Amino acid sequence: MAGPSLMDSLFQRSLDDIIKGVRLCPPGTEPTFIAKSLDEIRREVKSTDRQTKAIALQKLTYLHSLHGVDMSWAAFQCVELSSSSAHSHKRIAYLAASLSFNPSTTDVILLLTHQLRKDLSSSSVHDVSLALSTLSSICNPDLSRDLTPELFTLLSSGKPFVRKKAIAAILRVFEQYPDAVRVCFKRVVENLETTDVGILSAVVGLFCELAVKEPRSYLPLAPEFYKILVDCRNNWILIKVLKIFAKLAPLEPRLGKRVVEPICEHMGRTGAKSLAFECMMTIVSSMSEYESAVKLAVGKVREFLLDDDPNLKYLGLQALTMVAQKHMWAVLENKELVVKALSDVDVNIKLEALRLVMSMVSEDNVMEICRILISHAQKSDPEFCNEILGYILFTCSRNFYEVICDFDWYVAFLGEMARIPHCQKGKEIETQLIDIGMRVKDARLELVDVARSLVIDPALLGNPFVHGVLAAAAWVSGEYVALSRNPFELVEALLQPRTSLLTPSVRSVYIQSAFKALIFCIWSYGKLNGDDASDPSALTELVAKCHLEGNSETVACESLSDTEVDNANMVIAGGQMSSASSRKYHLTKESLEGLVNLVGTNLGPLAGSDEVEIQERASNVLGFIELMKPELYGHLGHTEGNGMKGKLEASEVVKLMFDVFSEELGPVSLSAQEKVPLPDGLVLKENLSDLEAICSDVKFPLSTSFSLVHSQIMEKDTASSPECKEESGPSTESTSLLAEHRKRHGLYYLPSENKGTTFNDFPPAHEPKDKTIDEAEDLAKLTEESLIIKKKQNQVKPRPVVVKLDDGEGLNVAVEKSKVKTDLISGAVREVLLGNEATTSSSRSKSSNKSSKRREVDRIPESGNDIVNTAISERSNVGSGRRKHQTHLSSGKEKEQHDHKGKQKRDSRHHKHKSRQRADGAMNIPVQSPVIPDFLL
Amino acid sequence: MIRGVIIMNDQGKPRLIRFYEFQPVEKQQELVRSIYKILCSRAENVSNFVKVDSLFGPDVRLVYKTFATLYFVFIFDNSENELAMLDLMQVFVETLDKCFSNVCELDIVFNFNKVHTILDEIILGGQVLETSSSDVVMAVEDISKLEKNSNSIIPSIPGWQGR
Repeated sequence: MAGPSLMDSLFQRSLDDIIKGVRLCPPGTEPTFIAKSLDEIRREVKSTDRQTKAIALQKLTYLHSLHGVDMSWAAFQCVELSSSSAHSHKRIAYLAASLSFNPSTTDVILLLTHQLRKDLSSSSVHDVSLALSTLSSICNPDLSRDLTPELFTLLSSGKPFVRKKAIAAILRVFEQYPDAVRVCFKRVVENLETTDVGILSAVVGLFCELAVKEPRSYLPLAPEFYKILVDCRNNWILIKVLKIFAKLAPLEPRLGKRVVEPICEHMGRTGAKSLAFECMMTIVSSMSEYESAVKLAVGKVREFLLDDDPNLKYLGLQALTMVAQKHMWAVLENKELVVKALSDVDVNIKLEALRLVMSMVSEDNVMEICRILISHAQKSDPEFCNEILGYILFTCSRNFYEVICDFDWYVAFLGEMARIPHCQKGKEIETQLIDIGMRVKDARLELVDVARSLVIDPALLGNPFVHGVLAAAAWVSGEYVALSRNPFELVEALLQPRTSLLTPSVRSVYIQSAFKALIFCIWSYGKLNGDDASDPSALTELVAKCHLEGNSETVACESLSDTEVDNANMVIAGGQMSSASSRKYHLTKESLEGLVNLVGTNLGPLAGSDEVEIQERASNVLGFIELMKPELYGHLGHTEGNGMKGKLEASEVVKLMFDVFSEELGPVSLSAQEKVPLPDGLVLKENLSDLEAICSDVKFPLSTSFSLVHSQIMEKDTASSPECKEESGPSTESTSLLAEHRKRHGLYYLPSENKGTTFNDFPPAHEPKDKTIDEAEDLAKLTEESLIIKKKQNQVKPRPVVVKLDDGEGLNVAVEKSKVKTDLISGAVREVLLGNEATTSSSRSKSSNKSSKRREVDRIPESGNDIVNTAISERSNVGSGRRKHQTHLSSGKEKEQHDHKGKQKRDSRHHKHKSRQRADGAMNIPVQSPVIPDFLL
Repeated sequence: MIRGVIIMNDQGKPRLIRFYEFQPVEKQQELVRSIYKILCSRAENVSNFVKVDSLFGPDVRLVYKTFATLYFVFIFDNSENELAMLDLMQVFVETLDKCFSNVCELDIVFNFNKVHTILDEIILGGQVLETSSSDVVMAVEDISKLEKNSNSIIPSIPGWQGR
């Protein structure tokens, strides 16, 4: 690239030309135009003529900032131009630097140090302010270190215009180079004394930023801030001071007591909404224990809520959300406004209102609130509708369905939600349906009912969003088919033609569930026709077993009669003969035949499906039917028990399958494995070469060590009835079915790495809880799934048991986040503020005071006279041997310290700080506890 | 702290981008695009605040306001008061209006540097410096004079420095 010629300079395009050019570009040619301009700029920027260079840089900055052009290559040119004596050039150069330099990677920043130093000391305020603004944008540790002395000088500049900018800029310097705090902090604090609004605003703003990060260090400055709070009438400053107090008040209870009154005063007095808002936020966030103040604030919140301005309404709701954490009455008082806000046009407001409504949810009102919300959801746009559903699902399931007492209602409600046209929360509903099925035994009856109505509805199959829900419903119907009113109808529903609309994974759940239902039907038939006469008690027993755990019948029955559900067809009714006989009515030979044929015809084509899951499952069922058919027909043909042998065989297979399916799958704690103590003598890291030998034993019923589920069966069976013992070694066939199940619902199993440990001897995972459970349920023995029962006593209708695992499953997100990162700035601030005597005041001072003092003194020569003076006076203070107060905070270094002492000793030095006296007068509070430094005295 | 100030038009074209913490320029463009997407989805006469945690991290909010064809956007964290930010935006717009007498989009388009100068007088390093528009106008006029003087040595200057 040739250097720029004179012609280039003369005919250089200006920024305006570029802007116009870009605007006139036909669509699509913009990049070409910019590339061309960039070529020009590359040439021009090398010009020795500063004007040419300046314009080139200006154009480049424009293209960089608004068109995303890279300009890192021109960093050096920025530095070059910054040394121009023309202010306009300097401005262009510095703007380019602030917009394009990356403080951590642009290395030419170092070259800018000298120029910045020069400009910071310039006599032109605009040069100085330009340099300060640039410094705050490109500040890195080196730059901060090198320019700290200049900033120190500027902090007490006679020109407010410069001083306020220096204060604003020093924040970045502190962040980058915490040591600067030791040099400059005192000067910054001195600026709190100023009467200039601009400076005060800047310095209060600075403290606000610092206090947000680490408030504790700034507690000693509370008197200064208090004075500003009381005396100042500038809303900007007051807002920042309030922000500071919001951070400080929680750290020092007496502080809240002092400031709450002036804050309320401001809130009542001010016409500015911003200040009023800040006052109420401060009260509700940090002074919520002052009832009267909170009342006032809530009154103000109400004003906001009633306002027509959507911004105020929105912020009012936010404030209310904050109050709600401690003062629920405030929300209840404004309930109607909140509910009204739910139908606002503004999404922000709606969401905020929704959040609030959900925060009101308790056991008593959950049904009512959900009803209101769901009707809102049906009226809302899809997006908000789903927000509502999401919130409902989240709130209701929180902490193991804590707020839900009536699970029948909730389960029905879940079904209702799934049917809402916009509902996209299928995944969550799916999870909860299955989860409730497993955790809440008493809800299963209703659950099956809900599932039935979902599965049976052909309209739902077309909506891909509910497929997840349907999968859950199908699973529930299959898993708890024993509770179904009409398994025949269920099988039909599960095999209806429109299921072809389902995704393969869901469809395979359907097939599997149909399989379960079919087995159940055949088994029941077999029982009714075979064993009924001979051994009715066996039936009752098995029926009891089929509905899984022994003892909840009573509860279930109660709830049944309570709700007056028609239980005529239900096997569940405690195994009474009446129900069994009514079942007989449905279970005729013809109906069963029809059912088997139905399954056969529907699944036949699917055996050729190219979806493996479907194909496999369909083949399983078909295979089973093939196996059954001759037996079944034979058996059906000779109802009176001819061909006993064949029948026996078939019924055994049926029974086997039935047992496999009726085995309950409980939730398993994620950490269950960890809780199992390592048995003596088990070496986990041992080479598994002898695995093969063990594996060969696997076929044996008792070698259960390779499958957790297997072992569960073992223990359960042995526990529930000795009769089942024989089946405790299910054939490999059933294990494979289990394995299949496990594959499908892997979520509910432990990871299969569990192999290698023996389960039979394990103490139950949750030993301490065992006793209560043992009392509550007469299960002889518990498996790893041992349950925790959470019962709420004082309820009219007892809350059903919700199975929980004691470690709170997902909740065990450790709360270890409280690691307070004591940052370097606050460390330095404390050193400066608390000085050398800090040890008496509290445990807060962490740094070695001696060394800090030494450092302070060491710094004197380079920091200028002022420090020397202060340091000397400080030493004399220390030397003057003041009386030791427990509350004594630091040496006389800090002004408030003077105050503090002045207050107690009426020190002669005190008159230096006359202006402070007013505030002092207001702050007469007795020392309550000598241990805590009394900052306000 | 104020994290950034953006002016863009109702087509999503940025007119001013100023972040107070370093952001690579590609990131800036991306943020502008995402913000535009959020803003143009919002109806009129609704509240002006948007939570932008997803773009800037927790507790960061955005306040915007439409003036004619322009969106003014302030991005700030929880050490700023929401309503005060709205006021500050008003100050900014008022100042622009005074400096350009009846400001319109074109003024901002063609006065890249001057708009930055004005903004720098109001906000420095994310801190609010000046809230009186007349004071800002005075300072900006001062600077313009200073620039003119420094340039008077070289007469041939295109009219880039605004009015």
